[in-house]
This record gives sequence, structure tokens and C-alpha cells, in this order.
Amino acid sequence: MIMALTVPAILLAVAAFGLYKKVDVFDAMVTGAKQGLKVIYGIVPALIALLAVISMLRASGALDMAAEALRPLCARIGIPPECVPLMLIRPFSGSGALAVGADIIVRYGADSLIGRTAAVMLGSTETTFYVLGLYCGAAGVSKSRYVLPAAFISDVTGVVVASWVVGRL
Amino acid sequence: MMSYIWLLMAAAAVLAAFYTGNINVLTQAIADGAGSAVTLGLSLCGMICLWCGVMEVMRRSGLSEKLSRFLRPVLGFLFPNADSIAMDALAANVSANLLGLGNAATPSGLVAAKRLQEISGNKGKASDGFALLVVMNTASLQLIPVTIATLRGANGAAMPYDILPHVWVTSAAGMTAAIVSAKIFARIWGRGK
Repeated sequence: MIMALTVPAILLAVAAFGLYKKVDVFDAMVTGAKQGLKVIYGIVPALIALLAVISMLRASGALDMAAEALRPLCARIGIPPECVPLMLIRPFSGSGALAVGADIIVRYGADSLIGRTAAVMLGSTETTFYVLGLYCGAAGVSKSRYVLPAAFISDVTGVVVASWVVGRL
Repeated sequence: MMSYIWLLMAAAAVLAAFYTGNINVLTQAIADGAGSAVTLGLSLCGMICLWCGVMEVMRRSGLSEKLSRFLRPVLGFLFPNADSIAMDALAANVSANLLGLGNAATPSGLVAAKRLQEISGNKGKASDGFALLVVMNTASLQLIPVTIATLRGANGAAMPYDILPHVWVTSAAGMTAAIVSAKIFARIWGRGK
């Protein structure tokens, strides 16, 4: 209930504060929205290139094969093997990860260890490649230097800690 | 860098398709992926423009300055090169991320990224500020994961929100790893051409 009100409340509060400060609120909204169009113009080409290749990875079965190969390693560091496909798709596709996560939760139960681990993984990670494409597109960056390795370290930390924390806390 | 990753992913997909016999679906998958990018762009477009509008109101009314003054001690430490424009956008990005407003976080994050990149004067090469911002945004900083809790509730969890502490610990660990590794890489990664 409170959650449902967050966005409308922010819009209302910002507009009210703007009027109180004698800002031409509507004009500012429109000017800002024009900036938004430029942002979109910058990111869509990068998204097209990335989502096309990610769609290939998914359809070809490469992601499933990688999940199968990583199973033993993951079991050793305490990541439930059932969560491996989720872990692999998470950096690539937000909606895909949500679909895989929902599937795990339905299959093993929301309150099972596996279901809880999947939920924590979903709730505490981001769609790394999507974010990367978005930001590089917007800022015109083609050489991303150490962005990917650093993001990878952060993602791996998140997955390992998620499995660890759900098992113990 | 992105070119190599792209090529690697495409090559892996083609090889895997040969292996699994899914070659027929590849062409369709490419078309679907490219098409979904446009759909995604369009579906983002409205909210991005709206939040950019809200940010403009916040900027003109001095609200974003108040917000960034509040977050400045932390952000100033993380982004020593940021000017006031970048700082305002960074503050909006971080606070929207904390509130779990992904749609609101993206536009301000992109503005900040663009600005940090301009300040650095790097053409096409990621500056340290840009890199840190992107890495931070690939880690999650959400206080209340609404979607996930809703998903759990719909599937019979006794207390859908009881994973919050786990999510916080995990997010904090991921964010710490993001910041520390970006800062360390910034020192050791080659600065030459």
C-alpha cells in the first residue's frame, strides 16, 4: 500500500515544491522530457546490438550448456545447483531472470532454501550487461576499460553471499 | 572491449547452435532480440522522459541541490572529480536506487555518466568516474525489492518480506565489492592509449 504510493507521492511533492518555489513546473517538465528523448536516442542502438546477441545465446542453448558445465563448481561453493541458470541469465536479461526465478520459486516453493536463495539473488543483483550497454551508449563510451571485470567481481560476490546468507541467517 | 565481448557471445551462440541443432532458430532469435530492443526502448521512453522532466523541476526548484548536499560527503569521496551538475545527477541516481525506483534511477544515472565523461575529456574511453558509476549501477542498492516480494507472496510465502535482511546483506556485499574493485582497478589498469 505504502509502496504503491511512492511514485505518485514523489511526483506530487516535487510539483508542489516547485510551485511553492515559483518554478514554471509544466515548462520544466517538458524541457526535461526533451532531454529524455535524447537519452533514448542514445541508448536504443546499443540495446539493439546487445539484445540481438543475447537472444542468440538463449535460443542456441549456449546458456543452458554453460549452466550444466558450472553445476559441480557451484555446488562446491555452496550455490544451490538449481539456481545456476538464474545466476547465468541474471546479468543478461531482467525479464528473463524474473521468469527463471519465478519458475524456481513455483517449482521448489517460496519458503524452501532454493526458493529463498533465488529470491535473494533476484532482489540484490542487477542486469549487468543491460546497464553496461545503456551507460556506454549514453556517454559515447566504446572502450569500457575495467568496467566489466569490476562488475563481474561484484556479481560473483553477490551470488556467493546470497547463497551463504540464506543458508545461515 | 565491447566489440570483443559481442563477438565472443555471437561466436559462442553459433557454436552452441551447431552442437544442439538449434541452427534454424538463430535467425529468428536475432530478429526477436533486435525487435525487443526497440520495444524496450519505447517502453522505457515514456518513464525516462517523465523522470527527466521531474528532475528538471527538482533542479529549478533547488530540490536536487538539497538532496545532493545531503549525499555529498559520501559521493564527494567516491567521485572526487564531479562538478555540481554531475553531483546533482549522482545524488538523484543513488537516492532513486535506494528507493527501488529503477525507472527514476536510470535517467539521472545516464545524465551523471554523460557529465562525468565530459569532465574527464576522454573521447570514447571510460573515465574512472564513469567506470565507478556504471559498476555501482550494475550492483544493486535497493532497500525494498517490491517485485520479488510480490512474486514470493503470490507463490505462498508465509512472510514475503522476511528475505529483506538477506537482500540487504547481499546488496551491501555486492556494492562494497563493486566500489572496492573499481577503485583498485582505477589504480592498476593501464592509463595509456
